[in-house]
Amino acid sequence: MPHTLTPDLRALQEQIEEHARAYGLDFFEIVYEVLDWEEINEVAAYGGYPARYPHWRFGMEYLELSRSYAYGLSKIYEMVINNDPTYAYLLAANHRVDQKLVMAHVCGHGDFFKHNFSFAHTNRKMVDEMANHAARVRRYMELHGVDEVERFLDRCLSLDNLIDYNAPHIRRRAWDEGEGEFPSTEPRKLRAKEYMDEYINPASVLEAERRRLEEARRREERFPARPERDVMLFLLEHAPLRNWERDVLGIVREEAYYFAPQGRTKIMNEGWASYWHSKIMTEKMLEPAELIDYADHHSGTMAPYPGRLNPYKLGLELWRDIEERWDKGRHGPDWEACDDFEARKRWDTGAMQGRAKIFEVRRHYNDVTFIDEFLTPEFVRRHGLFTYDYDPASKQYVISDRDFAAVKERLLFSLTNFGQPVIEVVDANHLNRGELVLAHRYEGVPLKVDLAIETLENVQALWKRPVHLETWLDDEAVVLSYDGVEHRTEVRSG
Amino acid sequence: MIKRIERDRRRFEDIVRGRIKKDLKQHLTRGELIGRRGKELVSIPVPRIDIPRFRYGTRDTGGVGQGPGDVGTPIGGDGQPGAGGDAGGAGDAPGEHLREVELTIDELADIMGEALELPRIEPKGAESLQSIRSKYAGIKRAGPSSLRSFRRTYKEALKREIASGTYDPRRPVVVPIRDDMRYRSWAEEPKPIANAAIIYMMDVSGSMGSEQKEIVRIESFWIDTWIRKHYDGLETRYIVHDAAAREVDRETFYTTREAGGTRISSAYALAAQIVERDYPPEDWNLYFFHFSDGDNWGGGDDEKCFRLLTDRLLPVANLFGYGQVESRYGSGQFLHALEENVQAENLVLSRIEGRDGILGSIKDFLGKGK
Repeated sequence: MPHTLTPDLRALQEQIEEHARAYGLDFFEIVYEVLDWEEINEVAAYGGYPARYPHWRFGMEYLELSRSYAYGLSKIYEMVINNDPTYAYLLAANHRVDQKLVMAHVCGHGDFFKHNFSFAHTNRKMVDEMANHAARVRRYMELHGVDEVERFLDRCLSLDNLIDYNAPHIRRRAWDEGEGEFPSTEPRKLRAKEYMDEYINPASVLEAERRRLEEARRREERFPARPERDVMLFLLEHAPLRNWERDVLGIVREEAYYFAPQGRTKIMNEGWASYWHSKIMTEKMLEPAELIDYADHHSGTMAPYPGRLNPYKLGLELWRDIEERWDKGRHGPDWEACDDFEARKRWDTGAMQGRAKIFEVRRHYNDVTFIDEFLTPEFVRRHGLFTYDYDPASKQYVISDRDFAAVKERLLFSLTNFGQPVIEVVDANHLNRGELVLAHRYEGVPLKVDLAIETLENVQALWKRPVHLETWLDDEAVVLSYDGVEHRTEVRSG
Repeated sequence: MIKRIERDRRRFEDIVRGRIKKDLKQHLTRGELIGRRGKELVSIPVPRIDIPRFRYGTRDTGGVGQGPGDVGTPIGGDGQPGAGGDAGGAGDAPGEHLREVELTIDELADIMGEALELPRIEPKGAESLQSIRSKYAGIKRAGPSSLRSFRRTYKEALKREIASGTYDPRRPVVVPIRDDMRYRSWAEEPKPIANAAIIYMMDVSGSMGSEQKEIVRIESFWIDTWIRKHYDGLETRYIVHDAAAREVDRETFYTTREAGGTRISSAYALAAQIVERDYPPEDWNLYFFHFSDGDNWGGGDDEKCFRLLTDRLLPVANLFGYGQVESRYGSGQFLHALEENVQAENLVLSRIEGRDGILGSIKDFLGKGK
């Protein structure tokens, strides 16, 4: 099925990678496959992975992709997956200039995957792992029936955003603190001769320690001891599941964690790849005859959707902005303190630190910290960013604000926790009846209720006992409950 | 081997089909479906299937955009910011967009049949009605040269030449002789044919309004579709009547509106004539459907109808369906009268109380598997 690269493409790949390396990009070996459009739609439906577990949503994606391709609405240019070696796909029917553009773009992604901290914990053999998942799910389907396994998969997928996006980087669990299983409430005393005892172990310290231990013990009595953000993990460990169900839940969770960094670095990653395809193409690879086509396709990718943000465009411009600021020294206290418009306009210390800076930034940031640190009022003004809101009066979305602070806040909100509500397990033994309580950390935006109710049903199906979700509706604290038969919504006190 | 994506696609389509089945009533009573009948395919909108997740509603979050415009300027689209970018990014909000699924009319009929648990129609006299069909079935050593099988003949000749040692691979000329000749032969297969004719009759007197006609139109479309599935050839005839009956074409049938009284017997008499002239019952499966608001004229016309039914129509019919459509003026007495006076296994009476009644009525009519 996959065609190997033609000698011509092979030569292009070598040239492009040589240029990329000369610029300082560093990536795993890149393996290209050339596919026709049917094949590329198929691979794209599976997210770029040659083997995924069977599921109807891939079929849905495929139908959508192939239909919109057939109607000329969209075309997949590039697809690249985070793996070692890095796999990337080329559409056989593309022009040579497009293939160059895609290869240059892929070098950018490859470098980003390899060096950005968010991807440090991802499985670099995920292609194999996914194939392994597929084989396991397929076996369960043979054993337990397609319908049953697929229904269970649907339920798991419905919860796949209830993970702790920061978990790969930190340890939250209590046992990491090294406490024993049953900590005693009696504080440990340092050894001391009797006459020295009250100096070495002063009563006030002992008292404080005793209180701390009692507090810790009370916490132990709650279950979970502290709110658990990784709801999937909690269910995996504590829900009464059959073995195959546990495994499937684990598979969905593992894939969710694998994909999470890509969602959390979308703007940076696409911007980075676009920055480098633009650099490599315009400075090295472009032949005069290809200029118009290249410009056409590049601008096509960068075009903002009417009134909307294009992550490619936003990312690219931010990278360029950072490079320019660090080249001209437009940062730091002196720059911040200067409010002379003319001076700022002419500001150039000749620092030329831009290139070094962007390589540093691509290693240590994700979208949230990236926007937080590098979005400037000048940038917002220059690129005409705005916030929009739904206007119930005219029943449409209207521009609501162009102020820097508002734009930044809104942008950060849409990126923090992947733009998803934070939901935690707060009590797994509610009323001492084994009922599960989830809590939505409310930040002024309510959940979509119909979806929340359906999702709650899925939680219940896994937990088996009644489940509750503490959230807010119309500025009122409520609990949504589902016991497997009927839904209840009650106003919460406090 | 089936491609994996094909399997997933089918799986998805099955789910969609299940949804269609669930909302069948709504789809079946949509009039515009019928307008597209000329084409084999009909498109049925189904919502995109999204896996539910805890998430914010877009209306409550808004988003960040880029471009010109003052505060208060609408940002375009029909108030539905679609998926801006792919997963995650700013303004990710797949709206409730509709997805169209294409089905053939036949598939739709199947779905309807499944949902209503309609039995397959057993054509009457299937064994007695036969046509002969010829089919190529083998090879013979004798036959007309127009049926000579070049390949088989050549093979025989080659075999013979190799066996006799006259074949020279350097000069591979093969000349068949009479013995090598092979001819295709055929066998005759009797094939049962099943023909059906449907005669639709409709009351077009003043009391049948356009809503009533629309109901008749939708219902007869589905009846047509279902019966057509079971017969090779289906002929339809249309009769309208008020005080007098006349045969019309399909278009007129659904659009005419006359004023005046109602004499149902006129339609039954005309139907009987058509059958006797064009459709000998030993060759044809005959279906009659009559739709009326049930307000028949007095003066002994009911009795005339009963006689026509019992003597001339019911004996030849697979099925005679009478559908009484509720009109603005209420519902007439004809249905009761039939119920009391005519007993026959192949007479089905059904009351259609508006569009929602269509599905039940189809089941009444076709549930007998006649």
